[in-house]
Amino acid sequence: MNADIALILGADGLAGSAVYLIAGLGLVLIFSVTRVIFVPFGDIAVFAALSLGAMEMGRLPAAIMLIGLFAVIALIMELVELRRDRAWRRLPATLLIWGLAPLLACALAGWATSHGPEGLRVIAAVLLAVPLGPLINRVALQPIAHASVLTLLIAALVLHFLLSGLGLLWFGPEGIRTKASLDGAWVLSEGFSINHQVLLTIAAAFLLAAAFYVGFERTRLGKVLRATASNRTGARLVGIRPRHTALVAHTVAALLAGIVGVLISPVTTIYYDSGLMLGLKAFVAAIIGGLISYPLTALGAVAVGLVESFASFWSGGLKEVIVFGLLIPVLILRSGLTTHADEAEEDEV
Amino acid sequence: MNSRVRTAGGLLLALAIIAAAPQLLGKFAVVLLNDIGLATLVVLGLVLVSGVGGAISFGQAAFVGIAAYATAWLTTTQAVSPWLGLAFALLLTCSCAWLIGAMTMRLGGHYLPLSTIAWGLALPLLFGNIDALGSHSGLGNIPPIHLGAWSLDQDRSMFPLIWLLVLGGGWFAVNLLRSRSGRMMRALRGGEVLLASLGADAYRVRLTLFVLAAAYAAVAGWLYAHAYRFVSPTPFSLHASIEYMFMMVVGGTSQLAGAFLGSAVFMGLDDLLKDVMPRISGRGSEISSLIFALIFLLILQRVPRGLGRPLKRLLGQVRTQRPMPAAAELALPRRELPARGSLLLSIDGVVRRFGGLTAVDRVSFDVRAGEIVGLIGPNGAGKSTLFNLITGALPLTDGKVRFLDAPIAGLPQREIALRGIARTFQHVKLRSNMTLLENVALGAHARSQCGLARGGLRLDRDEEARIAGEAMRQLERIGLADRAHDLAGSLPLGTQRLLEIARALAADPVLIVLDEPAAGLRLVEKEGLISLLDTLRAEGMTVLIVEHDMEFVMNLVDRLVVLNFGSKICEGRPDEVRADPQVQAAYLGSDA
Repeated sequence: MNADIALILGADGLAGSAVYLIAGLGLVLIFSVTRVIFVPFGDIAVFAALSLGAMEMGRLPAAIMLIGLFAVIALIMELVELRRDRAWRRLPATLLIWGLAPLLACALAGWATSHGPEGLRVIAAVLLAVPLGPLINRVALQPIAHASVLTLLIAALVLHFLLSGLGLLWFGPEGIRTKASLDGAWVLSEGFSINHQVLLTIAAAFLLAAAFYVGFERTRLGKVLRATASNRTGARLVGIRPRHTALVAHTVAALLAGIVGVLISPVTTIYYDSGLMLGLKAFVAAIIGGLISYPLTALGAVAVGLVESFASFWSGGLKEVIVFGLLIPVLILRSGLTTHADEAEEDEV
Repeated sequence: MNSRVRTAGGLLLALAIIAAAPQLLGKFAVVLLNDIGLATLVVLGLVLVSGVGGAISFGQAAFVGIAAYATAWLTTTQAVSPWLGLAFALLLTCSCAWLIGAMTMRLGGHYLPLSTIAWGLALPLLFGNIDALGSHSGLGNIPPIHLGAWSLDQDRSMFPLIWLLVLGGGWFAVNLLRSRSGRMMRALRGGEVLLASLGADAYRVRLTLFVLAAAYAAVAGWLYAHAYRFVSPTPFSLHASIEYMFMMVVGGTSQLAGAFLGSAVFMGLDDLLKDVMPRISGRGSEISSLIFALIFLLILQRVPRGLGRPLKRLLGQVRTQRPMPAAAELALPRRELPARGSLLLSIDGVVRRFGGLTAVDRVSFDVRAGEIVGLIGPNGAGKSTLFNLITGALPLTDGKVRFLDAPIAGLPQREIALRGIARTFQHVKLRSNMTLLENVALGAHARSQCGLARGGLRLDRDEEARIAGEAMRQLERIGLADRAHDLAGSLPLGTQRLLEIARALAADPVLIVLDEPAAGLRLVEKEGLISLLDTLRAEGMTVLIVEHDMEFVMNLVDRLVVLNFGSKICEGRPDEVRADPQVQAAYLGSDA
C-alpha cells in the first residue's frame, strides 16, 4: 500500500464513518429514550433509498403502501383508545398526526414521481421515511413498551424481518443504485481526489451532529429527551409523557434514517435486506459509545468506517468479520471498566 | 414410589415412541422431527443460559456451526470416526465459548446481546472465507455415524439417536436445575451481591452456563453434520441464531419443556407455511416469511411469557403433592464456633468517603463471640454504609476490619461470606419463583460441593438429602416447615425477612449480620424474631443488627453502638444508651 491508496481508503472510510455516525445518533437516541435496540433503523434507510430509486424510474414508491398500511392500523389503535378513554377532544390531533401527516408525505412523493426535479425527489424520499419511524413504534413497540429489553430487542428483530420481507415483496430482489448524487470531485493531487458526494456525506454528518448538540443542550424538547433518557420514572413524575418522547425520538431517528438512505444509495447498491448490516455496524459504533454517549458514538463511527475501508482493501471477504472483531477490544475494555455495583434485580421475562 | 413408577412409565413410553415413530411416519415427517430435535437441543441450552441465567445469547447457531465444521473437517480430511469428531467438536466449541464468555459475561444489560449478535454474525462469515473449510460452497461427503456394525446413514436411522440425545439432554438439564449448582444458576438474576453473599461468584456461574449451552449446541451441530452429511455457512448464520431465540420466547423463556414446545411450534409453522403458501400465491415464500413475522409480533404482544406457561399451569393441577424432606441435625459439616466472649469482629478507625461527603468517620467498636450487638442511629447516620463496609459490598477509604483474627478489609464480598459472615438484605433478595426450601438451600451452597456433572447425572442424591435436611431444620426454626414447597413470592414481606434469616443460618455462619430485620414486621412476627435470635444467642451464634426500631433492639441486644452523622456517639448496654444525653439529642432533637 502506498500513500495515495491510504489516502483514498481514508477518504472512503470517513464517508462510511459519516454514515455510521448519523445512524449511530439515531440508534442512541431511540435506545436512551425507549430502551429499544432499534434494529429496523437500517430497513427504514433502505426504504428511503429504494423509494428514491423507484421514483427515478418513474414508478410510485412502494413505501407509500407500507405507510398506508401502518397508518390505518395505527389510526384504528388510536381510535379504539380514544373510545376507551372517552377522549374525543383529542380526535383532531390524532387524525392530524396519524392520518394527515403520513398522507402528506405520500402525496409529495406521488407528485415528485411524475413532475419533480431530482432535488425534490430526494426530499420526498427522506420525508417518506419520516412517518415510518413513529408508525412502526405505535403499532408494534408501544403496546409492549414496558416489556424487558430482551423482549423489545426480539420485537425489533422481528420488525426487521417484517420490513425486509415487505421490501422484497414490493421492491423485488434487484439491487438499486440511485442517480441523485453530487457529480465531480475535488482534485487534490495527481492520484488523489475526493468525490463531492463524499464531502457532502461528511458535511451532512457534521451538520446533523452539531444540530443534535444544539438541540439537546439548548432547546426545551432536548432537555425533555435527556430527562427521559437519564431517568424514566423521574421524567414521568415531572409530567413528561413517555409516549410523547418516544414519538419524538422515533420521528427524529426516522428522519436520520431517510438521510442515510439517500446519502448512500448513489455510492452503494442497495438491496431489500441491506438494512441489517448497515444497522449493525452503526451499533458497533454505538456500543463503543456505550449506547448513551453521543461524542463517543462519533468516535466509534470514525473507527468503524476507517477499519471497514482498510479491511476491505486487505480482504474483501473478511471485511465484516474484522469490523465486528473491532468489538472485542472495546468489550474487554468496557468489561474491565465496569464497576461491580449491584445491578437492579432483573425482571423475569 | 408412585412418582417413581410414573417416571419409569413415562420413560418407557418415550422410548417406545422413539423406536416406533420412524417406522410409522412418512419421510417428510421424520425429517421435520429430526430438525425439531436438533433445534430442541440448541434451545435447551439457550433456555439455560438466557432464560434461567439471564445472559442473552444471539450466537447459538454459530456454536452449532463451530461443532458441525469441526466434526466435518476432522472426519473428512483425517478420516477418523465421527465419535472422535464428537469429542473434537465438543472440545473446540466449549473452548471457543469459554473464550468468548470470559470476555463478555461480565458485561451487563444490553451489551451482552449486542456483542453476541456481533460474533454470531462474524463467525459464519469466517467459515465462508476459509478455503480449508470449503469457503461458501461448504464441506460434503461427511461420513455417517456408525454404531457397531450399524450405519446411521438414513433420516430414519438418525431419528432414534437424535431423540435419545434430546431426551438425555432434557433429563440432564432438569436434574441440573434441581441440584446445588442449578439452584445457584436460578438465583443468578437476583444479582451479583446476592450470589456473593452466598459465597458464589456470579461471573463464574454465568460463564459455566454459557459453556454448557454451547455444549448443547455442539451436540446438535455434530448431529447436524452427520445427518445431512454436508455443511455450509448458511444454516449457522445470525438469522438462525435469532430463530433459536424466537423458539425460546415462543416456548416460554424459563421452562425447559418450552424448548421442545417452541421448536416444534416454530419449525412446524415454518414448514406448514412453506408448504401451503406457494399454492395460494405465486410469491408464496415471500408472503410466508411475512406471515411468520406477524405471528411472532402477535405472540410477543399477546402471550409475552410464551406458550409454555399456560400449558404448565394445566399440568400443575395434575401434579401430586411432593413429600416433605425430614429435618436433620448435623447433616452437613459444621464450623467450630469460637469460645464465648472471645474477640470476633473488630472495627478500627473505619472511614468511608463519597467524594466530599464522609459517610462513616473513624468508627471503632468490637463484637465478641456469643453476643447480640445493635447498630443504631437516625436516618443518614451511616449505618447502612458501615454495614456494606463490614460485608465487603463497599471498599473502605481507611481503617481496619478484623474478623476471627484476620484482616478482612478489602476482601471481596464472596470471600468474607465464605469466612463465616452471613447477611440479610434490607430490600429482601429472595428468588420469588423458587420454593422456600430451595431458597434456604441456597444458603448451604458453600457447605456442600457437588458440581455440575454430578448434579445433572443425579449422582448427588446423598448430599441433596443432607442439604434438604439442613434447610428443613432452618425452616422449622422460623416456623415455616409446613410451607417448604410453597413459592417464596407467596409470602408476606415480614415472613420473607424471616426466610432470609433462615437462608443466612443455613450457611452455618459464625457471625450473622441483619440489615433492618424488623422493618415491615407485625408485632407477633417481631416477637417471633426476638425469640429466634435469643435461641441463636444461646447456641453461641453472634449477631450484629442494624436497626431503626428502638423498641425492638432495646429488648434484645446485649450492647448498642449509636451512630450519628457518620461518627460513633455512644456505646454500651441498652439502659446506659437510653440515658445518654447525646443519644437523646440525636433522636429527639437537641432540646430534649
